[in-house]
Amino acid sequence: MKRRDFLKAAAGGAAVLCTGGAAQARENLQPAPQAVGMLFDSTLCVGCKACVSKCKEVNGMPPVIRDGQVQFDSASDLSGDTLNVIKIYKDGTAKVKDSEVDGFAFEKRSCMHCVNPGCVSVCPVTAMRRDPATGIVTYHADACIGCRNCTVGCPYNVPQFEYDNPFGQIQKCQMCNQAGVERIDNGQMTGCAEVCPTGATLFGTREALMEEAKRRLALKPGEIYNYPRGDLGKPYNSHEKAAPEYKQHVWGEKEAGGTNVLHISSIPFDKLGMPPLGERSAASIAEGVQHTLYSYLALPAVALAGLTYVVRRNTDDDGGES
Amino acid sequence: MSGYKPLGGRIVTLPFIALGVLALIGFYYLGVRFTDGMAAVTNLNGGHAWGIWVVYDVVIGTAFACGGYALAITIYVLNKGKYHPLIRPAVLASLLGYALGGFGAIFDMGRWWQFYNILLPWNWNFNSVMLEVGLCVATYILVLVIEFSPAFLERIGAKGLLKTLNKLLFIFIALGVLLPTMHQSSLGSLLIAMGYKVDPLWQSLQLQPLLAILTAVTMGFSIVVFEGSFSAIGFRRPTETPLLSGLGKAIVGLIIVYLVVRFAELLFRGKCGLIFAGDFSSLMFILETLLFVVPVVILASEEKRRNGRLLLLAAISMLLAGAFYRFNAFLFTLDPGPGYSYFPSVPEIMVTVGIVAFEIMVFIVLVKTLPVLHTEEHA
Repeated sequence: MKRRDFLKAAAGGAAVLCTGGAAQARENLQPAPQAVGMLFDSTLCVGCKACVSKCKEVNGMPPVIRDGQVQFDSASDLSGDTLNVIKIYKDGTAKVKDSEVDGFAFEKRSCMHCVNPGCVSVCPVTAMRRDPATGIVTYHADACIGCRNCTVGCPYNVPQFEYDNPFGQIQKCQMCNQAGVERIDNGQMTGCAEVCPTGATLFGTREALMEEAKRRLALKPGEIYNYPRGDLGKPYNSHEKAAPEYKQHVWGEKEAGGTNVLHISSIPFDKLGMPPLGERSAASIAEGVQHTLYSYLALPAVALAGLTYVVRRNTDDDGGES
Repeated sequence: MSGYKPLGGRIVTLPFIALGVLALIGFYYLGVRFTDGMAAVTNLNGGHAWGIWVVYDVVIGTAFACGGYALAITIYVLNKGKYHPLIRPAVLASLLGYALGGFGAIFDMGRWWQFYNILLPWNWNFNSVMLEVGLCVATYILVLVIEFSPAFLERIGAKGLLKTLNKLLFIFIALGVLLPTMHQSSLGSLLIAMGYKVDPLWQSLQLQPLLAILTAVTMGFSIVVFEGSFSAIGFRRPTETPLLSGLGKAIVGLIIVYLVVRFAELLFRGKCGLIFAGDFSSLMFILETLLFVVPVVILASEEKRRNGRLLLLAAISMLLAGAFYRFNAFLFTLDPGPGYSYFPSVPEIMVTVGIVAFEIMVFIVLVKTLPVLHTEEHA
């Protein structure tokens, strides 16, 4: 092969690489048909952490103890022992609840159960799966090799490896529906929604929760609203409360293709530690590039055929000696 | 017969013993990682799941090991046979570098005892860049073993097998060009799904694979220059500068293409302002870019290319540039969100140092006992 031909071929390959990614990129996925999720209303959360404690009970995980004091649970972030955590936002004097200035607010961090889960997309061995019916993102330790690409590929850093265990595994919220727990399949709700005293964490179908979220955003500040507790489909009770001034933003409606766990708040989400996400999931861009280059292994097969021919010709002189 | 001869001489020298001590320290901490878990040795955390074991040992280590790949393109695809004397040490260094990468991938795997799961087709997720990297790197290590095996077969005098192998070798050489093209570009693609966590100065999305492969090939040529220069000094052999200076030309061309693509991406996506933001990322970017520019400035003139010392300096600058590009994108400027930071622990660093020391020890033993280095003076 002449050098010029090679350069031409290389340039052609590079062109496919650069343009094809955009041309063949897949769209964001759609929510699962019977997608279940949760709605977290930050303005209702009083920071009691009953959900953190219940989560540990359901998942058989020990409480995190800090400074020798057992206070319910002192977990400050997600880990191999903590699948759900309540974080606090503070500004200035931190006197007024749900005020961006000189105020405070609570934010729940747990798996968002993405519609386009990054962890599922990047996992080489299909150890992360999106349930085709419920959309719950599940983990399967029997397939996992522990490469932790799921942690890296998750916009929320949710999948957590048990670094302190020589034979550890990934841990993440599986919406209380993993084998042996199966609360959702049995018609129950998630543990955190069940124990939430104010209905800040509400369980339900994604569709119903989205409607509920939008109803709340439409409320006038001060308007009395009947807030349900527990499972939105069959709330066991509710309480009346004046509506706060919500930000007009349902987190999870569109972020990176949407999530099944939705958040609303009266403080901007970047202040609550939510990541800077556009509507397109990064994983879907990666998939577009990967499928352009490796679809049916066509491009590599053609390249190998060409290379074999050229190398064969160029090794004839010296008998292929390397 | 082939013009390659074992170097001979004493194996256990003072530098060799020093390397051995480093290797022992590294293997001790590696043992602790297996008995007490990753947290006992590393500073990995919930936001930084990939530390230096992934980023140095696998991502950068295999790019350093692209010498065999770069020379295979030159000799067998572009038909420049005069570079043949350089191929064996380059293939050996590639084999060792990739073996280190493969070993690094295993001991960094949280569930290493299930590593075979990636080989079972019913587990494969074709959306995963990691799957491509894993399978392709594993296959390429086998290809490198076959590419290097003539040296071993010559040593033990297995003439029949050698003859058969030589007849089929072209297939493996072709694979030896294709496979690194695939996984070295994919190592860049790993950054795409990391989305916003990768600093905008390094998050080129669809261009990640192109930038990764361009820098990997350039690092391949640079490592050949580096090893050639060091063999001349370390083993007191005649200098190969005339041959190496030809590679200098390739390095210049490739860096220019890389810089054009790199800056075009920043320009078209409107990210040029970030270069001058004066923060840590902008500082790292400027430093990295300078390291890419130095070899271009040095090697642009024919006269300087023929100066062995300047050539070596240019190669080192390029190797640092390529390593920096990867470190910056995967580690230094990575921001997984508030509350997370990572700096490798001493034991974590010692594992990487120990493994590299071990790799150099194996290289020394093999060039002294097997026909790897070319013997005559060449034009």
